Amino acid sequence: MKKQSAVSLQQALSSRGRKTWAVLAVVTVMLLTLAPTDTNHARFNDLGHRMMCTCGCNQVLLECNHVGCTASDKMRDELQQALNSRLGDQQVLDQFVQKYGATVLAAPTTHGFNLVAWIMPFAALLLATWFTVWFVHRWRERPDGAAGVAVAAAELRGADIGALRKQAREETEV
Amino acid sequence: MAQIGSFALLLALVLSAYSFFAGMLALIRPAAGIDRIGETARRAGIATFFAVTVASLCLLVAVFTNNYSLVYILQHSNNDLPAPYKFAALWSGQEGSLLFWSWLLAIYGLVLRLRHKTDRALFAHASVIIAAVQLFFLLLCNFAAHPFAIVQGQIPTDGNGLNPLLQYPEMVIHPPMLYLGYVGFTIPFAFALGALIMKYPGEKWIHITRRWTMVTWGFLTCGIFLGAHWAYSVLGWGGYWGWDPVENASLLPWITGTAFLHSVMMQEKRGMLKIWNMWLIFTTFLLAILGTTLTRSGAVSSVHAFAQSSIGYWFLGFLALIFSVCMVAFLMNKKYLRSEHQLESLVSRESSFLFNNLLLLAACFAVLWGTLFPIISEYVQGTKITVGAPFFNKVTIPIALLLMLLTAVGPLLAWRKTSTESLKRNFLTATYVTVGLAAVLSIFMKPWTDMANFYSVMAISLSGMVTIITFQEFWRGGRVLAHQRGSTVFAGMVQLARRNTRRYGGYLVHFGVALIIIGFAGLAFNQDKEQELGNGQSMQIGHYTLVCKSYTQDDNPNYGSESAIIDVFRNGKFVTTMFPERRFYKASQTPQTMVANHSTPEEDLYLIYAGLNPDTNQPIIKARINPLVMWIWIGVWIVVLGTAFALVPNLSTARQPAPVGSRVAVGAEAD
Repeated sequence: MKKQSAVSLQQALSSRGRKTWAVLAVVTVMLLTLAPTDTNHARFNDLGHRMMCTCGCNQVLLECNHVGCTASDKMRDELQQALNSRLGDQQVLDQFVQKYGATVLAAPTTHGFNLVAWIMPFAALLLATWFTVWFVHRWRERPDGAAGVAVAAAELRGADIGALRKQAREETEV
Repeated sequence: MAQIGSFALLLALVLSAYSFFAGMLALIRPAAGIDRIGETARRAGIATFFAVTVASLCLLVAVFTNNYSLVYILQHSNNDLPAPYKFAALWSGQEGSLLFWSWLLAIYGLVLRLRHKTDRALFAHASVIIAAVQLFFLLLCNFAAHPFAIVQGQIPTDGNGLNPLLQYPEMVIHPPMLYLGYVGFTIPFAFALGALIMKYPGEKWIHITRRWTMVTWGFLTCGIFLGAHWAYSVLGWGGYWGWDPVENASLLPWITGTAFLHSVMMQEKRGMLKIWNMWLIFTTFLLAILGTTLTRSGAVSSVHAFAQSSIGYWFLGFLALIFSVCMVAFLMNKKYLRSEHQLESLVSRESSFLFNNLLLLAACFAVLWGTLFPIISEYVQGTKITVGAPFFNKVTIPIALLLMLLTAVGPLLAWRKTSTESLKRNFLTATYVTVGLAAVLSIFMKPWTDMANFYSVMAISLSGMVTIITFQEFWRGGRVLAHQRGSTVFAGMVQLARRNTRRYGGYLVHFGVALIIIGFAGLAFNQDKEQELGNGQSMQIGHYTLVCKSYTQDDNPNYGSESAIIDVFRNGKFVTTMFPERRFYKASQTPQTMVANHSTPEEDLYLIYAGLNPDTNQPIIKARINPLVMWIWIGVWIVVLGTAFALVPNLSTARQPAPVGSRVAVGAEAD
């Protein structure tokens, strides 16, 4: 009796174990299949927004939906194929550049001369900030500009600058 | 009709040439009798308007009578084109749009010349400069892009039709608004250059210029956002701004115009930044012409650009000429532009304007740089590259956020110097609320997960700060007036705004911009889905269920169309029925989408009928959920209202002078 029950318990355990293993296997397979799909979807979305449609519509690849577009559907399929073939992001972009030319990239690359495109706006902002601070500093140190005005006023073809200012201030009413 | 039009154009050219040369003679050699020549120059300028009007009317008559003996009409119209779109044919091509530009400039010139009694000398200078610009455009119309060119050989019985993209109600308004903005910047430019040449003492010309700039800026704002709304409704890609070179070209003068409208206050109030303001106006006009050059030369790839033509060289020459004239005038007269006061503190209204200008100009440079970089790259590397939305978004969004911060902070700073106590008093509530708002938003929007989410949280929080501070300003002033007059706070606020329309109109504009930025912030949370949708089938996007009831077809002389009839359910409840459509225009043999959009303050449900799948013959529906878009259009209305309000004369000067004490008390000094 004891032996029988031990066997049935063993069977039950092995049956439960099989079930557990089966569930684990299904979950693993699901994870293995789902994870790359999600990553691929995110990469598709990311790369598709880093490239332009080449039909001349001047739109980002994934945003191009103009009716009768001869390029975007084909390019999206190519992008999906490239991702399925496990190419890295840079390899995918290089492949598209090779096929469609540099204009297929929606933004300049960050190497070579193209890096200048990225640097310049921020360099200009920094330079302008430095200039403004320097300008403000000098401005604060400078004596009041009334003397400059006086020189200018004296040359105003004899006009009475005080009266003109008064008139202008009345009219501007700020 | 073609002969009358051609003659009118030629006459306009002669008249504007006379207006320019005779006007200049009268200004260079002021002597007895010369005044009369100056007056004839002014009248020739007025007559130019009538001549250009006749030419424009001739072209319109030719469109409406289907006169295909004219190349322009043949290429831009057809027999079955609906009447409103026949008007649009006037500006849909190179030749017509240049004539339209000349006509708008003639209207502006007419208004200016009729108002010459305001200040005869200054208006005479401005009139000559406008005549010079007019002369350039009429030269183009007569010799480079003639709108009345005749078709050689057999005259066709029908035209090629208007570009389908332009066959949309907004397209009848958007280009005129944009052109009114572009062309309008000629007037402030003319006054600024005139004032510099005649060494005008300062405030009055800037007062006149500022009003014209506000009007022009208002038109340009309308034009830009009408274009954005058109792109959203017609192009069907779900966005409203694609950083297309031609869109950028319209944005550039708008940015510098905005900078001028701020920094001009420093000149009016404190006699500072005179050189800067002068060059801002020059730059704004130069950028308007540069934008036109880019559009018309074919130098940049754009859906808006006209075909590549030699006309770009005319514009480049004109650009170089204007710049040279501005530079010479500046170098000869710069000593008249010295500042009258020094900056007393870094924490002051003056320095907030300085940094506002710095950021605006940095944004302007970034957009210009990105727009021109493909040309520069082609020149340096020999290969053309694309500079699209990813570049512009990365570069301009941080600058825009800093600008929003300044928009919030600026109005609370006093002229000359702001004390620490005052800063604390004014900022504390707004800062607490903004930080609280950012914290709450962060819970839902998870700014740490993505840069776009982070920008969205920042944009909405800073917009909230601008809104709070704007209403705080209205409330404080209104309460003081209500106390003085014994009225309600609301009545006090209305009274306050009417007493200083410019200041409070400006605040309304700031509020409108805050709403626009909130609308932009929704971009980070867009969703889209594409699915084949047969009869009776459904698709799910977000909390919407779309059920296809049927597909239908229609046909009229201008186009044939297919549209889907889709019932929309939100969380199981019926919301509306939508009709995304696809048209096929017969004359031009081109298809076009007509987007169906269900807009709410929370989000837009945006449906596109993308056509049939060639493999399965099933219709494809693209659906998008675009959050917060409605706030952009509401914000634009408020910006336009604020601009219009700022142009209304102050109540205190127009009808009821306010006591000095009360004006100071309600902060009118802080304009």
